[in-house]
Amino acid sequence: MTGALISREVRRALHGAAWLPAIFFLLVATLVPFAVGPDAKLLARIAGGTLWIAALTAALLPIERLIEPDRADGVLDQLAIAGTSEEAIGVAKIAGHWLTFGPLLLLAALPGSFLLGLEGQSLVAPLIALAVGTPALAALAVAVSALTAGLPRSGALGGLLLMPLAIPLLIFGAAAASGEGAGPLKLEAAIALLILAGAPFVTGAAIRAART
Amino acid sequence: MRLLDGTNLALIRGGRLLFESLDLHLDAGEALHVTGPNGCGKSSLLRLAAGLLRPSTGRIEHGGVALADEHLALDRELPLGRALAFWNGDTAGGMNAMGIGHLADVPVRLLSTGQARRARLARVIGSQASLWLLDEPLNGLDSDGADRLATAIAAHRKAGGAVLAASHQPLASDWRQLELGA
Repeated sequence: MTGALISREVRRALHGAAWLPAIFFLLVATLVPFAVGPDAKLLARIAGGTLWIAALTAALLPIERLIEPDRADGVLDQLAIAGTSEEAIGVAKIAGHWLTFGPLLLLAALPGSFLLGLEGQSLVAPLIALAVGTPALAALAVAVSALTAGLPRSGALGGLLLMPLAIPLLIFGAAAASGEGAGPLKLEAAIALLILAGAPFVTGAAIRAART
Repeated sequence: MRLLDGTNLALIRGGRLLFESLDLHLDAGEALHVTGPNGCGKSSLLRLAAGLLRPSTGRIEHGGVALADEHLALDRELPLGRALAFWNGDTAGGMNAMGIGHLADVPVRLLSTGQARRARLARVIGSQASLWLLDEPLNGLDSDGADRLATAIAAHRKAGGAVLAASHQPLASDWRQLELGA
């Protein structure tokens, strides 16, 4: 069932607005040079952090469509009746969401990095940091989506919930993106793993709690 | 063979006691019609039987169940046949039983209200579950739909299945009755 659920997630995202976070990401990366001016040195210095802020805000966009439609339409109930555990639903949602979120974001990160004055060798570190971080961002989005499913104004609430939770990831992700050696990247990977491991359980508990 | 076995059930929702000391048993071939005023806990009883809610006291055991509640639980953008196939049942059998086999290629979002009602029943009929839980199964069905449902239920009971339905409308005469909130 999990495999079918992952492919369903991918299909629904592609049918919907999977490109939206990537476009949003690119837009934020475009706005920063307008805001801080065209100083190439300054832009290159803040590029890592900027890309991460852009990725984080882009991760907020899909929150409302990840869990709530399935809860409202009884799909989560039917999955439970079919014997799928809520944690397995969480894993499938995270995997399916990442597949349409991570690669597109990384693709958008290429022109985004150019706009921020990164090129050649200096492109590698931000892209690796984002590649390591996007699964954790997808997992956070799914968990927060489950926590806020069924609540009024869940989109805004989800943003308020997700951003503080992403701070550790942001700290080490941005440091790793700025090419400060292997240390920050390892810590970012550790935090990403922690989030990935915990998110399915948070998602599962939230789905069950929403039922009562 | 016992398909649903609940003893001494009580359910509290939102601080309100919906029912207590309720015994709920369904054997193969049986059908139980739950009646009662709005808000007496009929739908909650079905969700309890489906394992989606836990009883506040008592214990309940069941085998495979299929639930048709007010939610369609079918992907709107998919053709009906593929949307039903996601739930891994006898898709064609379920659709034909409800007389919507010709709609297999029509996207779910284009179905009429009555056709969607038939589709949610087709999902249950096509499932391999032995216990069917039907919440207001006759709502929105025309007489042909009601006849088809009755035929499907009779065949299901003959094959050793059981049905638990909550409905304000009268069902067939050979159903056991359970009145909640009396």
